[in-house]
Amino acid sequence: MRENGFSIANPHPRQTDNVQKLGVAVAMMGLLPLFGTWAGINISGGWMLSLSIACILVGTAIYGVRTYLLVPEGIKNTANWFDPLTNRGLWGWAVGIVLTGFYILLYWFPEYLGLGQNGKTNSGLIHLFDPLSQFFKGQPASQWFMYGTLYTVAILALGIKFIYKYRHSRYHVVRTSVVMLSQFFLAYFIPEILEGLNVGAGSQYYGKDLKNFWPLNYYFFDGWHLDNMQKEGTWGMFFLVWGIIGFAVLTPIITYFVGKRWYCSWVCGCGGLAETAGDPFRHLSDKSMEAWKIERFLIHGVLAFVVLATGLLMYTYFTGKDFGFAINQYLFFALLIGAGLGVVLLYRKNNGFLPSQKVIWTTAVVVAFVILYFLVPNLNEGNSTIFFSSYNFKKWYGFFVGATFSGVVGVGFYPLLGNRVWCRFGCPMAGYMGLFQRFKSRFRITTNGGQCISCGNCSTYCEQGIDVRAYAQRGENIVRASCVGCGVCSSVCPRGVLKLENGPDGARLKDL
Amino acid sequence: MEHIVIIGNGIAGITVARNVRKQSDKRITVISAETDHFFSRTALMYIFMGHMTYQHTKPYEDWFWQKNRIELLRAYVERVDFSEKRLYFSQGEPLAYDKLILAVGSTPNKFGWSGQDLAGVQGLYSYQDLELLEENAQHAKQAVIVGGGLIGIELAEMLLSRNIKVTFLVREKAFWGNVLPKKESELISRHIREHHVDLRLGTELKEILPDANGRVNKVITSDGEEIPCQLVGLTAGVRPNIDFLKNSQLETDRGIKVNRFLETNIPDVFAVGDCAQFDVPPVGRRPIEQVWYTGKLQGEALANTLCGNRTKYEPSHWFNSAKFFDIEYQTYGWVHAQMQEDEADFYWEHADGKKALHFVFDKQTQQLKGVNTFGIRLRHEVFDQWFSEGQTITHALEYLKDANFDPEFFKKHEDEIVDKFNRENGTAIQPKGKSWKRILKAVMG
Ligand SMILES: Cc1cc2nc3c(=O)[nH]c(=O)nc-3n(C[C@H](O)[C@H](O)[C@H](O)COP(=O)(O)OP(=O)(O)OC[C@H]3O[C@@H](n4cnc5c(N)ncnc54)[C@H](O)[C@@H]3O)c2cc1C
Ligand code: SF4
Repeated sequence: MRENGFSIANPHPRQTDNVQKLGVAVAMMGLLPLFGTWAGINISGGWMLSLSIACILVGTAIYGVRTYLLVPEGIKNTANWFDPLTNRGLWGWAVGIVLTGFYILLYWFPEYLGLGQNGKTNSGLIHLFDPLSQFFKGQPASQWFMYGTLYTVAILALGIKFIYKYRHSRYHVVRTSVVMLSQFFLAYFIPEILEGLNVGAGSQYYGKDLKNFWPLNYYFFDGWHLDNMQKEGTWGMFFLVWGIIGFAVLTPIITYFVGKRWYCSWVCGCGGLAETAGDPFRHLSDKSMEAWKIERFLIHGVLAFVVLATGLLMYTYFTGKDFGFAINQYLFFALLIGAGLGVVLLYRKNNGFLPSQKVIWTTAVVVAFVILYFLVPNLNEGNSTIFFSSYNFKKWYGFFVGATFSGVVGVGFYPLLGNRVWCRFGCPMAGYMGLFQRFKSRFRITTNGGQCISCGNCSTYCEQGIDVRAYAQRGENIVRASCVGCGVCSSVCPRGVLKLENGPDGARLKDL
Repeated sequence: MEHIVIIGNGIAGITVARNVRKQSDKRITVISAETDHFFSRTALMYIFMGHMTYQHTKPYEDWFWQKNRIELLRAYVERVDFSEKRLYFSQGEPLAYDKLILAVGSTPNKFGWSGQDLAGVQGLYSYQDLELLEENAQHAKQAVIVGGGLIGIELAEMLLSRNIKVTFLVREKAFWGNVLPKKESELISRHIREHHVDLRLGTELKEILPDANGRVNKVITSDGEEIPCQLVGLTAGVRPNIDFLKNSQLETDRGIKVNRFLETNIPDVFAVGDCAQFDVPPVGRRPIEQVWYTGKLQGEALANTLCGNRTKYEPSHWFNSAKFFDIEYQTYGWVHAQMQEDEADFYWEHADGKKALHFVFDKQTQQLKGVNTFGIRLRHEVFDQWFSEGQTITHALEYLKDANFDPEFFKKHEDEIVDKFNRENGTAIQPKGKSWKRILKAVMG
């Protein structure tokens, strides 16, 4: 039996009409300056970036609106497994490689994106963003400003497309509008403006995304960060208190009432990108029991890691005492690779997953280690001995989790492993809220009696790889730590079996 | 150890196997000629449309069977020797059984149309049918579908997804007219046409004609019209797939005759699912039930019986669901195409013509008998409870908000619906707000 569905290509593909073509052309024109400058061409003048962004937004909107308004409203998953972009075909790999490459440069080699270092001015891609950055805060663009801008544009442009794709569902329209607004205002516009107003300049807590609580914002409790906030008087204290209340009070309470979806698919930036730009790849998540095991191991591992790292830093901060031990770099690598292979072997032991996923996971692990091998000596200032201290521990967390996991693998691998790899396997915030969602919350996905026909749409389109059908066909409600409440299972279910809702806490786990 | 052999790895056979395993240590073998593993037949259309792959339609991962010691055998049973208790296959050694479960499902109806066996003419039931369709679709720019039921409309959606033009011949004057009342049928017909299907109501197939190579190239309708096409889908219902069991001691009619314990006339031989025909069906149910959940319920009952706890098949109130292109349909209780003497009804349709609710109740007692819903999801347990308690239409409307199952933020229509009822009947029903307490009572029983 053929692996990925049936036909290689539809013999009678649906023609795109002129309006759709126009949309694609305009959006492509918008992308051109970005790729051009990435390739090293220097473009000055603020109008170019504005034009580029406008073209991307307008072009995508034209394409999206036209595509979905041409046909009656409803589920639009046709040909997902035939399309080489969305079935891990040629285009999927191509996009995956470009995105991964972009993230590697962004995190570790921003000079290749044109960041001017050691007093030099920006060039290329980052230079393109200088005028906008000057406008906001009177300084040249950093790689993070460029990234934040593109990120926001991606959420807005593809959010519009998503809204039209799901225009029959008010849940998706409302949720997507909120996530778009939240990204634009809370994560982008307001922080940039505030930074421009120069309040707390240099203290590096200002101009940060206000909803980015610890543990997602893993340096919140770092000594320098705490110091800076305390130094700044009222504003600083506001940020300090807000940050603590956010993670310790607001998060558990809201999660109790509505589930972690309020964060993961309504306001979070990572979630925002996953739900908009990542939507075409949601069906690529791995639904096997093995993947679930790995998920629980990894996400709680990361959560433990960040708690430990933060704890150590706080200890050092308050007592002034550090601790430390040293280990040879090569020994350390051998241990790491051993652990990595162990995980892969464990995973391979059961073959209840698609063979192509074996290849992908193996590639992911190999790539990760190759990257590591080249990067870690840098990180470690050329030493062949790696020191562990509370500070170093933190650095390692930032490297492994903050950059490699959330960026490179999290987004770079959208077209290969699905759009929620980070949110499912790595995010400590998701892990933290997941504990509440699983054990103390009013949120559940209710199953509608005996209506399930076990078709599998819900499981296939669950970006978090939850085997929704396994519960639905038994008539059980779905109460799972990882559910981000995107609501797509409920939409794609052809029999009206699933409903996301908040109700009495004790009665969530009905067992018929 | 007792050897239980199940022919058929569909929902009915697999439910028996799983539930026998849960309760016992018996040896279990499941035989199927169709696929190595259980998959969801109801999802065939989504494979063809590229929503899912075949892998996704398997409700259990492949390791499940070995882990639960359910032996799977891919083979075609040609003959059963009931006196020797042995199965004979098209190839390979015969297999002995202690208890035999026939869960052999259905096969598409063919009514002896001329040309029905031409290349390019096919039904849609099995995985092999889907493979054939994949091949036939390569040749086709135009298709004709014969028979306006649930599989026919799914086939229409499938072919449209490949940009094949579809002409849909429906014998009845209204779409699915033997099941849906007129207004609902019209609502669906409009939607079918919105998808650019050439829907021909009250039109029958007369003849299918080949080209020089023996492939179909047109059909002739009962009106004498010629419709060019390279693919013909025959979807005029299904019948039990029991031809290989005819002319044996096994008592059959349209299906395999069983009592309410799923026992056939031969000891140690049982039948479940699409292929079983009750001599005395449960109240308010048909003798042959060709839907997913009944196969499951029957399988559960039979597994109990096989494990020593003789259990009657005792389904609750009838329900079902389907999706017509983008419009979801659910039904609870009975809404017949033609209202019966003692019945009255209430119909509401949304201004957009894509949502509707149709209640049927007893003229005298006002007791609710059934509801059809289109484009609005309703809670199964709530209606089930109302039927069991014998609630009236008034009660149903008053508490309708409890029964709404649409996603959050969706527009609610209960007030408008009750308003219309009040205007038409001079009543003053006040819809009550949704109550979790009442809902949970219905759900938890
Ligand atoms: C396209 C389509 C869509 C449907 N959609 C819905 C829906 O939405 N909702 C709903 O409720 N129902 C739906 N149905 C009906 C539902 O799928 C059936 O009622 C159900 O699958 C029947 O299950 P079963 O186990 O009785 O038989 P089957 O699933 O038919 O299983 C019987 C198996 O036995 C095998 N077999 C038969 N004879 C032999 C033999 N001699 N040797 C070896 N193997 C043999 C067959 O190959 C088959 O694999 C749909 C059916 C189809 C075809
Ligand atoms: S999509 Fe709906 S019908 Fe299909 S398996 Fe999931 S819950 Fe069941």
